[in-house]
Formats: sequence, structure tokens, C-alpha cells
Amino acid sequence: MSLSTSFKIEPRREIPRSLLYATPLLAVVLTIVAGFFIFLFMGYDPFLSLYHFFVSPLLTFYGLSELMVKAAPLIMIGVGLAIGFRANVWNIGAEGQLTLGAITGGVVALAFWNQEGIWILPLMCVAGILGGMAYAAIPAFLKTHLNVNEILTSLMLTYVATLFLSTLVYGPLKDPMGFNFPQSRMFGDSALLPILLEGTRMHLGTVLALLIAVAGWVLMTFTIVGFQVRVLGQAPAAARFAGFSRTKLIWLCLMLSGGLAGLAGTFEVSGPIGQLIPVITPGYGFTAIIVAFLGRLHPLGIILSGLLMALSYIGGENAQVEVGLPQAVTGVFQGLLLFFLLASDFLVRYRIRRRAAVPQAVGEAQPAE
Amino acid sequence: MTGEANAGVPRLEVRGVTKRFPGVLANDHVNFAVDPGEVHALLGENGAGKSTLVKMIYGVLHPDEGRLLWNGEAMDITDPHAARALGIGMVFQHFSLFEAMTVLENIALGMDEPGDMASLSRRVVEVSQAYGLPLDPDRNVYTLSVGERQRIEIVRCLLQSPKLLIMDEPTSVLTPQEVERLFETLRKLSAEGVSILYISHKLDEIKALCDRATILRGGRVVGECDPAVETAKSMAQMMIGEELKSVTRRSAGTHGEARLAVEGLTMPSEEIHGIDLKNVSFSVKAGEVFGIAGVAGNGQNELLLGLSGERLAHHDTIVRIDGEAVGRRDAGARRRMGICVVPEERNGHGAVPGMSLVENGVLSGHHRMDLLSNVFIRFGAAARFASEIVEAFDVRTPGIAASAGSLSGGNLQKFIVGREILQKPKVLIVSQPTWGVDAGAAATIHQALADLAAEGVAVVVVSQDLDELLAISDRLAVINVGVLSSAMVTKEASVEEIGLLMGGVHGLEPAPERAPEEAANVA
Repeated sequence: MSLSTSFKIEPRREIPRSLLYATPLLAVVLTIVAGFFIFLFMGYDPFLSLYHFFVSPLLTFYGLSELMVKAAPLIMIGVGLAIGFRANVWNIGAEGQLTLGAITGGVVALAFWNQEGIWILPLMCVAGILGGMAYAAIPAFLKTHLNVNEILTSLMLTYVATLFLSTLVYGPLKDPMGFNFPQSRMFGDSALLPILLEGTRMHLGTVLALLIAVAGWVLMTFTIVGFQVRVLGQAPAAARFAGFSRTKLIWLCLMLSGGLAGLAGTFEVSGPIGQLIPVITPGYGFTAIIVAFLGRLHPLGIILSGLLMALSYIGGENAQVEVGLPQAVTGVFQGLLLFFLLASDFLVRYRIRRRAAVPQAVGEAQPAE
Repeated sequence: MTGEANAGVPRLEVRGVTKRFPGVLANDHVNFAVDPGEVHALLGENGAGKSTLVKMIYGVLHPDEGRLLWNGEAMDITDPHAARALGIGMVFQHFSLFEAMTVLENIALGMDEPGDMASLSRRVVEVSQAYGLPLDPDRNVYTLSVGERQRIEIVRCLLQSPKLLIMDEPTSVLTPQEVERLFETLRKLSAEGVSILYISHKLDEIKALCDRATILRGGRVVGECDPAVETAKSMAQMMIGEELKSVTRRSAGTHGEARLAVEGLTMPSEEIHGIDLKNVSFSVKAGEVFGIAGVAGNGQNELLLGLSGERLAHHDTIVRIDGEAVGRRDAGARRRMGICVVPEERNGHGAVPGMSLVENGVLSGHHRMDLLSNVFIRFGAAARFASEIVEAFDVRTPGIAASAGSLSGGNLQKFIVGREILQKPKVLIVSQPTWGVDAGAAATIHQALADLAAEGVAVVVVSQDLDELLAISDRLAVINVGVLSSAMVTKEASVEEIGLLMGGVHGLEPAPERAPEEAANVA
């Protein structure tokens, strides 16, 4: 009888729930292990580096508050993107929609910079949402009318948005009293988000981000709208059979993700930044894609993954200061995490089996397997 | 020692085979044997364990207990590759074809040693012509109808000259003439010494074709018989273990105004080789069952989409429900007006495989069943609706939380048909209502359709099973290449007349002459 064996990859019939939730944790562990060796080979003390990357930022009250400040835009954008991803609507351009939202919200703030009133901030938020939506409307229109791939259009428009912001802050929106620096006036007090805790930068937007995640969960789990989104993603023909409009759902997904990204942009400029400057985001719009997948496209999971990715930003800065690690480490960690997540996802969908390659006669005494 | 059959030794013997799935005992110490050259029927209801059993023989699944003997020798069939190496071929009920590839490429992919494409192409044409299964090797699979796709699977098996051929419901999409030709093929194979394991719900076919039948119920063998001496009815009773009900029609009368009227529906197909609908007109009155016969791939799917509202007509007045024009209204609006639809494709069209039965109840049920409160889904009501379907139509499932994709084909069909019937439609349009379901369930579905008609519902049944249409429809029309014939009263129609209208020739002509040379040029 033959002893030759081969390995075989085959799709799983039912995806085990436990694995579905265990793989993000596995990816985090593998990222840390890989990070350990990268630090080691770069000549840094790996334990100390990892300590300053992942642990020490969490040991101070200020560090925790900063975690919330960074997590807020990631969670808001991640929730919006995840809803679209569920419907197979791939908005990759949240970075651009965030930038547009920062511009429209910022323009409102600057238009009323010497005025006061509680109406200014809500008006900015509405402007930010509309700005993000308007920018997402371009890929939405192109996809629904001309069947243009939204991945390409939304991604390419990101660069247009960033350059548009530069044009504004180098030109018409430049602070007249600002010694020719490329930045706008500082926003007035009425245009700044209230700080929740004295001595930190934790603003009202951080709480709103959590509420938005909960609202996203309710929408996806309990409403017919979320149901339609899920059906469209899983079985487009069944969605049409049930009378769900693909066009409307594509618009809905892009308006939701664009609007939330725009609002996050407004929060950034009216919160931690307080004015328009050429670079207002360290890549939140792109990182939110990782956040969405790491959170299993589940709004509540996205709160956790948003906090984790926020830690990678803060930890990167912290390790830069404490151990002298290069700034690129943050990007490396984010990339590693996505890489390991996608790789371990493979184990969720498929299993690897070892089996004999040729048929063989089974002896009487031998068990069947 | 696997090749030659020893005298008196069965080609395949299944001895004490048991297979468990979580919560289900699919096969319980099953015993039976297939002799060389024998056509052996495996008969049983949906969920009786037939598919599980043949999947073990074909190496897709592995028995928990018991063993399989091939020519008297115990074999561990580890995978389909090993099964094919032994000489076992199988035609699955669900096809595994790559839509974006050609017929020839698909056949080559399924073979262990396809050889060069030019000669394979010639062999495909030879085998397909010899066995009355015309195929153009260069057509892309996505352009083919379900019936044509099945031919690919059959031809693929025949090309490997199997010693045991397993056929899982092979005739469900063939015309009567095609079935007869297939039977000739199978008889010829049997005369050549090939054993055939034949799974079907069609008892007449089993009577006509099979030498012996093993009957499964609830995973156990409940009997073995000679189909030639049994009647179809007696076999059905063994299979379902109870008296079989025949369809009773209550007062087929009270045909008033047309509930569904279609006037000049012309619709180009969305697909490249799809069938365009040409000026289709018909009307169905309250209480009437209207049959649409035709060979697979003659515009039935396009017609379904046009009626359900998944595709819109050019003018509002082309489709009317109770006189109201709905031609430009979408599927949701038409459902609220009272049209309920069962599409031909179950997974991915009639149901979302990854979603639970509760969610699949909401899918089409929320328009008419009060399952929503504003935008919120009333999950309690949705669960009751799903349970009601499962109970009324005897859907075999571990529970309503099970995913639609985990149900067997017949059980999912029962769920989908039940879901639409329980919505109390005004017009019910059903495609292939009993495809893949067993005799007992088919009777339940036919009875439910008859009862609906008796309550004043206009019922449209699209089916390739002519016997089914003759049994349940009041009037019928035939669709051929996108053109619908004028309707005839079923009682007065002759099978010959219908056969002629079906084109008779469509799909039965030999493959086009140019095919072999073209294939050779391509290769």
C-alpha cells in the first residue's frame, strides 16, 4: 500500500464562529512577534521597543485620552466603510472625503471666524457631512450610471482632494496675519469642539464616534436597510428578486461612508487641529480600511480595532521619542497587521487536510481513516 | 485487480455504512450491492440520505462506520480522484462548472488526463452525438441553459469510460424525447457492462429503466424491489411510508376577469447568448393554473424576470394585475400588488445561501407579511413566519436558524415555494416547482398550488416537466426561442402537438457541422 501523502486546501462548509473572532487576535499576536524580530535585527532592544510601542502609552491618563482622540476618526470612518464593504461597495477614498469634509467644515468656521454662537459648530458639522457626501457622489454617479469601478475613482480623487486643500491654504484661505505660513486663521471659540476632560484633547467627537458605531450596529442588525445592504453583498440576484434597488443601495453606502468621513474631517480641524493646514490627517482614511476589516466589518468590533490602530499611531510616536525608532515603524506595523489578518482569514475560509494521494486497499485490522 | 469483474461478485457493495453529521444521522448501517451491468435505482425522499451515500461512494465524504467493496475488495476511496481511478463516474445534481470558460475547457478541467484539446474536442462531439446530448465545445458556459449545462457533466463522465456511473437526478431538465435518448444511452452502457446507480424521484423512469431499486427512508434501507413488478404508486408508498395523496381540484370554475395580463412583452436578453422575448402575450384568470412548457433555455428565465419586475417592461400597460398597469413597477412594488414569484435558481436568486431561514423569510416576505415596524425588522414575527413555512411544507432542517445553503436542494425548494404560497398572493408565478423534490413533497406542492387556484389566485407554472403541467394546469402555452405559443386548454391538447411546439428539434439536432473543424483550428 502507498504511503505517499499530499496536502490539500479545501473550502470549509460552515465557517466556525470561534475562528472568525480568533483570527484578529492571532493577527495581532503575529504582528507583535514579527515586530520583535524587526526591532532585533534593526539593533534596538526589542523588549524596550515593544514596551514603548504598545504598553507605556496606555499607562498615563493623557495617553489614554490621546488614544480616544486618534481612535475617533478611525471608528467613524471605519463604520461607514464597513457598511459599504458589506454591500461590495469598495469606497477606498475615505481619505479624500475626510479632506473635503475638513475643507467645507473649515470654510464655515472661517466664514464666521469673528462671530460667536452655538449654531456655528452644528453648521460646520452639516457642511462637513455634505462635503464628504458630495465628494463620494462622484464615484457613486460614475458607478451607477457608467459602471465605472468605484475603487479606482474614489482612490484617485483622494489625491485631488489633498492638492485642493493645499491650494486653499497656500492661497485664498491663508491667514492674512500668518507671516505667509501655509495655514488658515485659527478658528473662533464657537467653531471648536468642546473639550470633555480638562488638560486633554479629548473632544466631544470622541463620544459621538462611539454613538455612531452603536447606531451603525443597530442599522446593520435590526433594520431592513441593513438587511438590504447585506443581501446585496451576498447575493445580488436575490436582492433584485426581493425588489431591492442596487442603484439606491450603492448611493446609500457611498453617502453614508462619505458623510461619516466628512464629519470626521470636520472634527479633526475643529478639534485637535483648530485651523486648516496642508496636512490634516496621518492617513486616517486609509487606516480605517484596516480598521473595518480587523473589526470584522462589525460596528462594535470596529470600536476595538479602531482603538488598536490608534495605539499604533501613538505607540509609533512614543517609540520615536523614547527609543529613537524611525517614524516609518507605524506604517510598518499597520501593514504587518493587515497582512497577517488577510493571511489568517485564509484559515477561516479554508482548511488544510493531509490525505493519501492514491486509493489503497484497507486491511481488515486497520481503521478506516 | 480492480479492473475485471469476478463472476458473481458485485461491482460495488456497500456494507453497514453509517454517516453522522452534527444533529443528523444521514446514513444508518446501509447495505446494498450493484452488479456489473446492472441499473440500480436509489430511491428516497429529500433528506433520506441518498446524496450522502453516493458522495461517500464517489469519495467526497467518508463513512464513519462500515465499508465499501469494489469488485469484492474493501477500498478506502479517499477522494473523487481515487474514485475516478477505480472507474467510478458521477453526474451531480448541482453542476460544478466555470461559467467564464468554454464547454471544452470545463470538460478538460474535470478530467484527470484530458489529452490534447483538438482530439478531446473531437471526442466530445463524438460522444455527445452518439448519446444524443448535443454540445458545442466552443460555447461559453455562462451562455448555456441549465439543461445544456447538465449535458456537459454527463458527457464529461462518459468520456472517461466509467465502470460505475452515478447519476443524481439526471433527467429533471430534459424533454421527454431527450430522456428517452438518455435511457437508450444508459441501456447501451449497461449492455456494455457498465453498472449504473440511478437516483431519481421520477418513479416512472425507474420503472422504465432500472433492474433493481433500493429504497431509503430516514437514512435506513427500508426495502429493495424489482421496479418492473411494482407500480409507481407502490414504490412511492414504500418511499414515503404513507398513502400518497393525488391532487384534488376543487371547482376549477369561477374564471372571471384576467388577474394577470401580459400584452406584447418584448425584452432583449441581458446576456450575450440569452434569449430575447418576442411579443409575449397571455392572460391568466382567477382560479386558473396556467402552464408554460418548453425546453430549458428558451426564454423562461427572461420571462420570469419580466413578470416579477426584476426587469421592467417598456410600457406600464404591458403587464397588468387586476387591470392595473404595473409594467414599469419594480419587483417590490409588484409584490405589494400581489405577485409572488419562485425563480428557477434557488441558491443566490430565490434565497441567500449564507443567511438563516428567518432572514430568507424576510427576503421576499417583508412586502406582504407585516414583518416590519417602520424600518425595523420584527424578528419575532419573522421567526414565526419561517417556522410556519417549515411546518406547513415539511422542510427538513435542524432549525430556522440554519443557513439556507445548508439545506438540501429539495428542502430549500420546499422552503422557497412555501414562503411564496404562504404570502397569500393574488398571482403566483412558479418556475420548476418540484425540481429536485421527492414524490411526497411534489404532491404537497401540487396540492398547495391547486388550493391556491381554488381560492381565486391566478397561478402560472413554468416547467420543463410536461407530465407535471398536464397534471395540474388548466391551460398551457409553449415557449420556444423567446416566442410564446397561443394558449390551449390542457385537456384538449395532445402531447404530440405540444412536443412539436416545443420546437421538438431545438437542442436535439446534432451539434453544428462546423464545430469539430473550428475546435481544431482553435487548438
